[in-house]
Amino acid sequence: MNLRRNVFQAIADPTRRAILLLVASQAMTAGAIASNFGTSRPTVSKHLHILTECELLKQAQQGREIYYHLHAQNMKEIADFIEPFRKIWDDRFNKLEMIMKRHQLNE
Amino acid sequence: MELKTRVYAETGKQELLITREFDLPVELLFKAYVAPDIVEQWMGTKVLKLENKKHGSWNFETTDSKGNKHGFHGVIHEFSSNQKITRTFEMENSPFPAQLEFLEFDKLTANTSQLRMHIVYRSVALRDQMVQLPFAKGLTMAHNRLQAYFSR
Repeated sequence: MNLRRNVFQAIADPTRRAILLLVASQAMTAGAIASNFGTSRPTVSKHLHILTECELLKQAQQGREIYYHLHAQNMKEIADFIEPFRKIWDDRFNKLEMIMKRHQLNE
Repeated sequence: MELKTRVYAETGKQELLITREFDLPVELLFKAYVAPDIVEQWMGTKVLKLENKKHGSWNFETTDSKGNKHGFHGVIHEFSSNQKITRTFEMENSPFPAQLEFLEFDKLTANTSQLRMHIVYRSVALRDQMVQLPFAKGLTMAHNRLQAYFSR
């Protein structure tokens, strides 16, 4: 099984991306996750199953509840996850370039 | 489209590499790192101290939108004009320990250059946290915006 391909297929779906974004801020139960979406509970369960299967989410039992956590190890391979970090540097370097081009003209 | 800025972060490593190509001669790129008034402009920070030499140190201070001041400082281990700066970087009053940065400035053509920024963190977990910070911040901001919208 090609895990990597599955990971990218998993995040191709907007609902699954939204689930990852939700869970990134805190671990949540399936019920709490489902309450954020207009779709049915079984649909959300199906998405959670796919995300867990390709190891983007981890389940952890806490008392009687099962909480979903981000599987950070795999998440960081995803470009989407690193993109905000890249964007910060890109913006900063664009500014540097612009300032230095102006500086070059004035020299 | 080719990305001008790239970030390479391999799984399970405590380092990362940022590369960027500039439409600038390498001398001008380097100057952006050593002239305090220019650093202030593109980094959006106040330069309290910047000693561009081996065994030198640096100290920057930024002010956020709420007026809070944040300090950053480090020491310079290696300095060779238009080629290389090796330095440490530490955010003051933060849980993050110092990181080691290797900056390499390469001439590509007379008018283009490349910067390679190799950053080494104390642990794999810390690197991952630093990389994910902007992502987490973006989430919090989106969340706050939503909250502001719904509480109107």
